Amino acid sequence: MNAHNVAVIGVGQTAFRSRSDDKTYPELAQEAVVLALADSKLEPEQIDAVVYSMAPTTFMGVADADKWAVDYTWARGKPFMRVHTGGATGGSALQAAHAHVASGQYGTVLVVGADRITETPDAQFVLNLIWDPFYEQDFALNTVTMTAVATQRYMHKYGTTEEQYANVVVRARRNALNNPSAHLKGAIDIAAVMASPRISWPYKLFDICPRSAGAAAVVVSNETLARERCTRPAFITGTAGVSNTVFMGDRMGPYADTDFADYAELKQAARECYRQAGITDPMRQIQTVEIYDPFSSFQFPQLESLGFCASGSAQRLSDEGAFDMDGELAVNPSGGTLCTNPIGVTGLVRAAEAARQVMGRAGAMQVPNVRNALATAIGGSTQFFTVTMLSDEPRRAAA
Amino acid sequence: MSTKTATPTPAHHVVHGEWHVRYNYPVGEVGAKFFDALKEKRIVATRCSVSGLTYLPPRAYCERSFERCDGYVDAGLEGTIEAATIVSAAFDNLPKPPYAIAFVRLDGVSTAMVNFVRGMDLADVPAAAARLKPGTRVRVVFIDQPEGKITDFHYVLA
Repeated sequence: MNAHNVAVIGVGQTAFRSRSDDKTYPELAQEAVVLALADSKLEPEQIDAVVYSMAPTTFMGVADADKWAVDYTWARGKPFMRVHTGGATGGSALQAAHAHVASGQYGTVLVVGADRITETPDAQFVLNLIWDPFYEQDFALNTVTMTAVATQRYMHKYGTTEEQYANVVVRARRNALNNPSAHLKGAIDIAAVMASPRISWPYKLFDICPRSAGAAAVVVSNETLARERCTRPAFITGTAGVSNTVFMGDRMGPYADTDFADYAELKQAARECYRQAGITDPMRQIQTVEIYDPFSSFQFPQLESLGFCASGSAQRLSDEGAFDMDGELAVNPSGGTLCTNPIGVTGLVRAAEAARQVMGRAGAMQVPNVRNALATAIGGSTQFFTVTMLSDEPRRAAA
Repeated sequence: MSTKTATPTPAHHVVHGEWHVRYNYPVGEVGAKFFDALKEKRIVATRCSVSGLTYLPPRAYCERSFERCDGYVDAGLEGTIEAATIVSAAFDNLPKPPYAIAFVRLDGVSTAMVNFVRGMDLADVPAAAARLKPGTRVRVVFIDQPEGKITDFHYVLA
């Protein structure tokens, strides 16, 4: 079977903020579809299938709310499927949409989702319920504590300081000033991050993402339709996903095949994504990344596992400004997940922002001359990893 | 910081909801061995003779060899911290802070298992974190009357 080339031809995202009380949940998803269809210059009937990006529905409090969104996203009469891999949901949903089109089964597919995390004050309790009730749930695991232990392990391995993480927050909030949709933004300094209340060692409050409400949508088409409809489509040249055991304790120590501190699963995913996209020197060939960073400690291990720099060196490069907007690699021009986290669509926002960089539609966030932009997403018990490459031209590896 | 003050939504435009859902979770055959052993103040791991790996929490199948784990072994009651954190903030419906949790690889076991580390002074968080570095030795302490639950034991610094 000859795979079809696939490109993003339009994206839409709402403003992200703590609450969106002016809309119900499916109305919020609908707003993103309206924006994405306008950006794509398409009518709803030109969408062949819908992939719905929805993580746990316990946050917004209606079980399996994807069904509620069917008519609001104009999916009636079309194939519709929900994809859910926790925080990686948006990355996995786009991977599914890519396969829909690459297979030749559909010409144009809409990926859409919405999330509302502050409908409940019990978000971290809800997240604790993702662990089994026998061995792990009793120990206050949640997304904060599970990633705090990975960070403590990383700091011990590479000598990272709290201030080096704080500097990541400063850069993210500064970048977010250029992003009209970002939830948190502003000029802050390292001292402000260090002075914010301690949550779970080594995290302070400002090391942690906000809980955001909002929606995002992405339209993908095959190459023929994309070139008809879009002057500069963002081709999906690589798409890879790797999952790992739910047990974080299996990923530590001398018998582990991946190290929890390094998010080493991303090495596998990146290897496959780069093979598809023809990337051999990531730092030289990729101009910007939108990586999944709900915590300040998520950038260093990812940049290392993605091959941008050697293990343990990202902290120094970050201090030196290599990941600033005018640095060697612009990391998260949007402000990233640290500034905006609507969980079920966060991975989709990463890919949408990377696509906008390639399409030249990133506004004040635009990095010059982007030929390749990378997006990641991470979910579950830090166990689902996706890597997506957006490029200015198709670059399918020889079969 | 660009935090706009939004007009609060009036209470009569917000519908209140709460979920009360009850569950009963069978522990399974492998879990039954583990939890019964806890009542005897023993921690039982499963072992795969093909991969040579010993698992805690116990598994029916080895996730590396895809063979059935074919042995039960008693884990050591001392072990090594692989990763840890100290929680300072209160999360609704979770334990009252401060508390420390750690993934510990018990002696003779290939994988690490999470539990609380008790008996530490956590007032100075960075200082306490330094005492929980990966590589630190801990031991298992059982409660006096184990009930066959994972909370029958915790870790303390060795």
